[in-house]
Amino acid sequence: MEGRSRRRGRQKDQLLERGEDVDGISNPSMDSETEAAYQTFSQTEGESSAAEMAEEAAEAEHLVKDLKTRRRQRKKALSKLTSPKEDVAGELKSMRSTSRQRVEDTIREEEMATLSAEETTTAPIPPATEDGLATLPTDESILPTEEEIKATEASKEEAESIERAEAAPSAEPPDTERSTKEQPGTPRAAPTGAEAGSKPFGQSSMRARMKERLAKAKEEAEGEIEKEAREERDRQRSLRAQQPDSRYDAVTEAELERTTEEKQRQLRLRWEKRGQAPPSDKMTYMPTAEEAFDFFTRVWEPEPEEKKDEDKEEEEPKPSTSKTDADEEETEARKEAKKDEDVEKAEDEKPLLDDADYDEEGYGPTAVRRANITSPDKLQEAEDKLLFIPPLIARPASEKVQEQLEPRFLEEEGFYVGVRPAVSARNKNKMENRLLREPDKGKQWFGEDGEMIVFPDPLRPTPSRPPMPEEVEPYLETVFKKAVMREFDSRYIDGVLDGSGRYQLDVDVNSIMFTHHHLFSREHVLATRLTQLFTQYTQRRSKNMVNFLTDKLRALKSSSLHLQEYILGHKGEMSVVDRTNYEKRLQDYKFEIRQTRSVRDREEQMDRSLIKNIIRTWKELRSVREQQHCTNTPVKLQILKETVDKAQDETQWQMDLEDEVEEAREEHADNYARKMLICNEQMEKWEKQQAAKRDAEKKLKTGRRGSKASKASKGSKGSKQGSRTDLQDELGEAEMERYQEILNEEDLPKPDAPEEFDENAARDQIKAKFMSIRRRPGEAKLYPELSNTMTVTPTSDCPRGEQNRREEVSRCKLFVKVLFNNKEVSRTGNRPLSQEFRVTFGQIYNLRIVQWPESIKFQIYETQGLSARFLAELYAAIPEASVTSQSVQLEEMEFSSDEKLEFGHDAVGSGVPFKFDATASILVTLMTSGTISTSVAWGVNEDGQPLVPPVSQSSVTNLFAAMKKMDPLAAIGATGVVNMEKLSKWFQESRLDPNDPANADLIYLLGSRSGESGPREFFRLEQLQEEFDLCSEADFAANRRFQMLSLRDREVAEFRTAKMVPPFEREIPRDAFAEYERKQREEDRQKQIDDLEGVRQAHSRYVQKIREQVIMRFRLASHQKRLEDMVVEEAVPNIAMLGISLMRLSEPRRPLKPLRKERKKVTAQAIKGDEVRILVNIIRATNIPIRKSQSLAAGGTTTRELDRKPTIRNIAGETMVHPYVEVMFQRNTVRTSAGDGPNPSFNEELELPLKAPNDDFSPNALQGVQDYIYLNLFDEVVVDILEDDRERETAVHQRLEKKWLGNIRIPFSTIYLNGKIDGTFRISTPAVLLGYTYDHTQGGGGDADMPMEQSEEITFLSLFITIEPPLIQPEAVKERFDTNEDEKLMQFAERWQEDLQSLHPRRHYKTSVIDVNGKNVFLTRYFKALKPPPEIEGKANETQQNDFAARYVSLIPFVSDSVVFPGLCDIWSTCDQFLQMLAGDEEEHAVLLTNLFLGLGRKAYLLLGSAIPEGTTAYVLTEDSGEYYIWNSATGKRYSVHDNYCPLQSVGCLVNNENVWANVHQYEKPSQMDFNVNSTASWRPFFGRSNPSPGLGSIQPEALIYHSPNKNYVLDLQEKIEQMLKNKIMEWRSRYITRWNRHCTQIMRRLLPKLEENCGCAMEQQDLGELEESFRSYKVSGFPVNVPFVDLNTIVEAVFSTGVHSQETSDIEFALAVYVHGYSNNVLSIWIYVASLVRLR
Amino acid sequence: MASSSVFLLMVSGQIETAEFPEYDNIYCRYCFTHGPDWLITSGLEEGITQITKKSRDERQMFVWNFPLDVTFKSTNCYGWPQIVVHAYGLDSFGTDVVRGYGVTHVPITPGRHTIRVPMFVPESSSLLQKVTSWFLGRRPEYVDPRVVAQGEGREVTRVKSQGFLTISFNVLMKDMKKLGYDIQPSDVLNPIMPENVGMATTGMSEA
Repeated sequence: MEGRSRRRGRQKDQLLERGEDVDGISNPSMDSETEAAYQTFSQTEGESSAAEMAEEAAEAEHLVKDLKTRRRQRKKALSKLTSPKEDVAGELKSMRSTSRQRVEDTIREEEMATLSAEETTTAPIPPATEDGLATLPTDESILPTEEEIKATEASKEEAESIERAEAAPSAEPPDTERSTKEQPGTPRAAPTGAEAGSKPFGQSSMRARMKERLAKAKEEAEGEIEKEAREERDRQRSLRAQQPDSRYDAVTEAELERTTEEKQRQLRLRWEKRGQAPPSDKMTYMPTAEEAFDFFTRVWEPEPEEKKDEDKEEEEPKPSTSKTDADEEETEARKEAKKDEDVEKAEDEKPLLDDADYDEEGYGPTAVRRANITSPDKLQEAEDKLLFIPPLIARPASEKVQEQLEPRFLEEEGFYVGVRPAVSARNKNKMENRLLREPDKGKQWFGEDGEMIVFPDPLRPTPSRPPMPEEVEPYLETVFKKAVMREFDSRYIDGVLDGSGRYQLDVDVNSIMFTHHHLFSREHVLATRLTQLFTQYTQRRSKNMVNFLTDKLRALKSSSLHLQEYILGHKGEMSVVDRTNYEKRLQDYKFEIRQTRSVRDREEQMDRSLIKNIIRTWKELRSVREQQHCTNTPVKLQILKETVDKAQDETQWQMDLEDEVEEAREEHADNYARKMLICNEQMEKWEKQQAAKRDAEKKLKTGRRGSKASKASKGSKGSKQGSRTDLQDELGEAEMERYQEILNEEDLPKPDAPEEFDENAARDQIKAKFMSIRRRPGEAKLYPELSNTMTVTPTSDCPRGEQNRREEVSRCKLFVKVLFNNKEVSRTGNRPLSQEFRVTFGQIYNLRIVQWPESIKFQIYETQGLSARFLAELYAAIPEASVTSQSVQLEEMEFSSDEKLEFGHDAVGSGVPFKFDATASILVTLMTSGTISTSVAWGVNEDGQPLVPPVSQSSVTNLFAAMKKMDPLAAIGATGVVNMEKLSKWFQESRLDPNDPANADLIYLLGSRSGESGPREFFRLEQLQEEFDLCSEADFAANRRFQMLSLRDREVAEFRTAKMVPPFEREIPRDAFAEYERKQREEDRQKQIDDLEGVRQAHSRYVQKIREQVIMRFRLASHQKRLEDMVVEEAVPNIAMLGISLMRLSEPRRPLKPLRKERKKVTAQAIKGDEVRILVNIIRATNIPIRKSQSLAAGGTTTRELDRKPTIRNIAGETMVHPYVEVMFQRNTVRTSAGDGPNPSFNEELELPLKAPNDDFSPNALQGVQDYIYLNLFDEVVVDILEDDRERETAVHQRLEKKWLGNIRIPFSTIYLNGKIDGTFRISTPAVLLGYTYDHTQGGGGDADMPMEQSEEITFLSLFITIEPPLIQPEAVKERFDTNEDEKLMQFAERWQEDLQSLHPRRHYKTSVIDVNGKNVFLTRYFKALKPPPEIEGKANETQQNDFAARYVSLIPFVSDSVVFPGLCDIWSTCDQFLQMLAGDEEEHAVLLTNLFLGLGRKAYLLLGSAIPEGTTAYVLTEDSGEYYIWNSATGKRYSVHDNYCPLQSVGCLVNNENVWANVHQYEKPSQMDFNVNSTASWRPFFGRSNPSPGLGSIQPEALIYHSPNKNYVLDLQEKIEQMLKNKIMEWRSRYITRWNRHCTQIMRRLLPKLEENCGCAMEQQDLGELEESFRSYKVSGFPVNVPFVDLNTIVEAVFSTGVHSQETSDIEFALAVYVHGYSNNVLSIWIYVASLVRLR
Repeated sequence: MASSSVFLLMVSGQIETAEFPEYDNIYCRYCFTHGPDWLITSGLEEGITQITKKSRDERQMFVWNFPLDVTFKSTNCYGWPQIVVHAYGLDSFGTDVVRGYGVTHVPITPGRHTIRVPMFVPESSSLLQKVTSWFLGRRPEYVDPRVVAQGEGREVTRVKSQGFLTISFNVLMKDMKKLGYDIQPSDVLNPIMPENVGMATTGMSEA
């Protein structure tokens, strides 16, 4: 192995030097031995893993393809030796993409090889053997020849062997392969085999391809090869003559020669290698570069013969056991070698041989040929030769060791021999046999003991890996964790209930002593008092405050004196500062002295009074004892007297007295000086004031005089001011006032001088004080002494009451509960009360705690019998961490109870007043009280470790600590901030020693403050905000990028869609803000335009503003998602609905009943360009006005004359009118054909294209389309314009003229939102239609109940409009808005509405709407009586007022909400907003009209329902003496409820300021309904008895503010419109001359105001007559158009739609008059009278 | 705007595996959501994976190994891209129902990241709904799967956890530093110190 790898390495080196593909030829076939062994071990190796092969095959295939082209080149290049295989082989071997370069190198080398081969004709092969690859072509070139031979031979075995060789995985042909027959196959497989050493090869497809390729190559190469072969044959012939081969007898000479030759060569190579290389691997030689070079360049001399012998010798050691075949081959090989020897040396050969070896194992070319049938015996024979079946018998050990050696058994010699792995003897024998067949008898494989060398069994009997527990997937593992209970306030010390630490509180309840108990006798009370007083006394005595203070006083005095002296002594030397310092100190001393003295005095007094009290109490006690004839208490007082020296006392007394007097004097002196100072000051002020007053008085007098004298006054100030007298006067006045003020000032009190020091008085005072508080001189000192030595009278000797009491006392028991954090943790036993009123418990309770101690409480209970009485509760302090049970001391705690108890016996009770004796006048009330002596401390464990919670240095503050965790402010230390101001003040006052370390904290705290100028006077809500600010507000505003981002965030329209906001400010385009800023500026500007147009603009801007606000609100609302917005969820199928659908299944099928199919809606994306059309189906028109005279139309007589006559129908069948309908939308016009007569039937479908803004058919864009569809009714008039009557026979010359009769205007939004419009509509006809009249004989014939004058003048048009394809309608924003309404009300409203809706699904019910603030508002809030505009006052009667109100409202332009608020739902604005915007849809109009009606005192309702063409809409219903009228507020038209032609189709509900009534009628058409809202059968009120009205206030303003129209604006506008229309008409008629008839215009101008007065109704006949009179000589056709003012474009559009201009003749005159009537609040009515005049001939 | 500065975020990776206990035949759809300042310059914004069955071993894992490859361009870190994955699968009636929604941000540091995304589905709003939806195979779904990438409106939904999805990301960034973002991960061994910090302190000490 070692040798092999080394060899390979060498080979590699060499190859690398030559630039050969190392991989391509590397991995040389294993050494024969190895290979053999390998094979024996795995005999199935040949069919090694199919997958691998497939993979390789695939790769190979790919490579092959790649190679094809290359091969073609090579074919040319290789004149002789062409073989594509080795390329393929090379490629396959490499298993990587081959480098073309390398291949070419190979080719080149091959060429060279070939060339050299040719050169050295004597030796065709050797040259190639120099190089591994170079050998290949040679081999292959020979090979095909052989194959051919075989083919002719048709030997079946051979074919098999070929295949087998190819399939053979090993480069090593097994022994069986060594048969001569097989030989030819081997070289063929060589290239493949070379590779097969590493990877088995043998894919059939591959092989096939190879074969194919090979066949081709073969043909090409055949010639050369044969030639070559022949040469070789010649050469061999001589050799063969020496060694005739019996086996080939049957074969022809040539064949034999060739095969043998080849076989020999192969064998030789193999044998060479096998026999020689293994033992001497090191000797394997690869030619060096130099040698290789030499090889190609040098002319080789024939080798000496001896070389051959060497070879022979080498082969000789072969075992003699090998078959004869082998021998044969051997000899042949020897011959071959001999033959070759003339070319090269043995050394040179060796590597070549090696290489050749690999080649052998590769694949060779194969050819498909027909099957050769060989006779079975032959086959058997061949197989015998070919195959070796290893016998299973064991071979003796002697065979296996080297010949001359004896088998040696190491184990016996004492060496360690491992356990051999268990291999069945059969297999072992087989293997041994196989090895023994090896050329060297496999000696390498056998050890000295004749056994195969085997490693000891590597398997250990026991597992070396420690047993591992089953590994659980970490995430599947269940880990048990106890539920953690975490309290908010973290009461638990360790956070959890079961704290890890042990903390213990030891509570010691020692004893209770009562200072008062309800069972006290009087004596007890006194005794207790006495005891208390005595205790107090002893305490005081031990403190001896008096002495201490006296000493202090003395010390202070002396130091003060000392200081005084010092000051006096060093007066001259001291600086001013020092002096003041000293003086201040002196003052301090004095102050201190005074303080101390007063304290001492107090103390002395107390001492004295205490002693007095003690003595008095003792006396009382004694008297009590006497009184009750027994002693209950052992208290006894003794008083010791100490006599004193009176004289000494007296001097002392006197001295003290003098001292104090002196002091008082000094003090007074100080005071006096200060007071004097103040007094003087005040005095001065007083005097000043007095002087000023006097002065003022004087001035005042002179001033008065001066003013009287007017100018003569020479007031000092006035004269100074200047010479102007009026000024002077004024000044004088001012001065006067001032003086008066001074005079009026209150007089300051005159200060009194301080009093002088009165020594005697002071002395007396002090003396008196001394007398009261001090022991008088000579008086004995008293020392009381209390002892408990009195004997208590035994119970039996006591009086009855006392006995009872004592009994009671003995029955009384007490216990104490201990509460920790308000939980009882333990209680003491019941202990009896002693006669001394003491209870001793002496118990220590150990509390193990887990919570922070918050409170420790004791509750004292008293039991008498079974009942326990709560006496008192008291808190113990939570101990400091340092307080442990070892160090703690008992603590006395006082308690008391406010319980009231009274007894019949001697006990005094508690809370009840009692007297000590009958004579005593004082009532005493005592409460039960006492002291409990307890202690609370932290426990200590056995080791003396305190069981204190870790952070409980101050366990009391633990709560705060916990709070701190919750409170972010606390976390930053903002809580507990003291009032620094006060603190510092206190600090200044208390004069703390700044150097005292105890004060360090304070100093620090205050010191840090010193720099600050004062306390902050503000409270900051987010005090840390600043820290988190990215940049300051100013930076933010300055940075355009930030601005842009924030605007985008706010979804400002301009920036909402901004993408990729640049990261740097500089990259933001300069004009990014231009639009936005312009808009901002515009908004600021506003309302400063004095043009009427401008006013309109202001309105529209207001609308815009409202709109933006609304959109903003909606945006907010839309950001509030509901479940439906987030989650698609199947609704639960309703059972009822299920039933219905089931019912439907059982319904009879009605094939003849056509059902309307839902048309498929088209999304905006699917629509391209002009696909969308509006379909208008015009069915019929009724009651069209007819021409007054046919002759007029024909151009005959005047209208006037004809008018007189009754209208006669032309019998000849000539119709009176030729109406047709022209539909105009977006300036596109289509028309129907002309019909006949006043009631024509058209039945025509017209199509109009719909142009969406920017070709955007999305709902949002379409909602914004403001265009109208105009349906104009025209009369087509044929005008004969034939000039010459003579031609009448032969020529027709006519002109068609159209006369406008009326129109319908439908906003696009109506169509869009409703989808379709279907019905009969009233055509709005002009008030005056010259030349036309209504055919009374026909019109209105149908309805008898209809008022005649109405029906006869109304023209109707039946039509159907829709959009094709149907467009998606905007989704209404789901209404979910805030509301300020009562929740209950809204809920009820919802229920109410749902109720009704389920009853009448088609009816329109509403209870609340959305106002401009985006809030839901209850409907009734919109109603309120509002004052109509002032113009109404001119109207005479009620009807006119009503009409006027309606007209006023109708003049406010109609704009659909969908236009104003696209994508939003219906928004109702209030009346003032409506008037401000001057635009709104039906609801606004209707609401305003209702309110105006209400304002007029009418009974009016808002009617919600649906109408044509509007769809869902709002009308107004008025009641007038039982008659109901319906008003269309948008047009101002009034209909009777009985009018069949009322556009209102269904009534949903009625609303006014009081209530909402829902229509629960069977019918919904107004004509079929009863409008009496009180009938509950037809109307269901919202507020009824069950739900009384809460009295909702109105959201409407108090009153509408009307401002009168500006006349100038109106005139301006009138002018403007007229001018513009004239221009427009001329423009439209650009082909003809447009003449204007001034006269006509004049008349019209006069006429128009009258029309306005009549509220747009037809004018009276006389006016009309007047007009007609004026145009006798003309044929006039014209009409007034009345429109509300929206903007100029709308007007132009309206005029254009009438088509007046379209008179295609020059012979015509026009008249145009415009009249604008302004109503309040810029509601404008615009009248345009357009007429065409044709002069009659 | 000639040389508008942007940074690039290149994300490649895989929707690797998922765990959906109880379910089988799962496929995923994914989409990237991002803020207004982001643009996808190359790669797919949305995609749909193959249907996979769970592995037949104890892991019961769904493996897609579905490649993601997308490059973003942006000017602003705001609206950092998130990947929204919504998995669907067949229920016992063979209806296609949603099996989970999940979302995760594209990692904000360059390098390789493997993220385990919890998946959840909206719950039916009532028991009755639940039953009917189970029968009809029409479980509640989000109107737009992208809502899981935002907080708005989530409070109205109730969801149930369904499983996990493992996504691996290889993130590469370009020009982040140029725009002032420092996104290098910092750890104890190699702390990343912003360049100007040291300068500032030295400047101060000098001052």
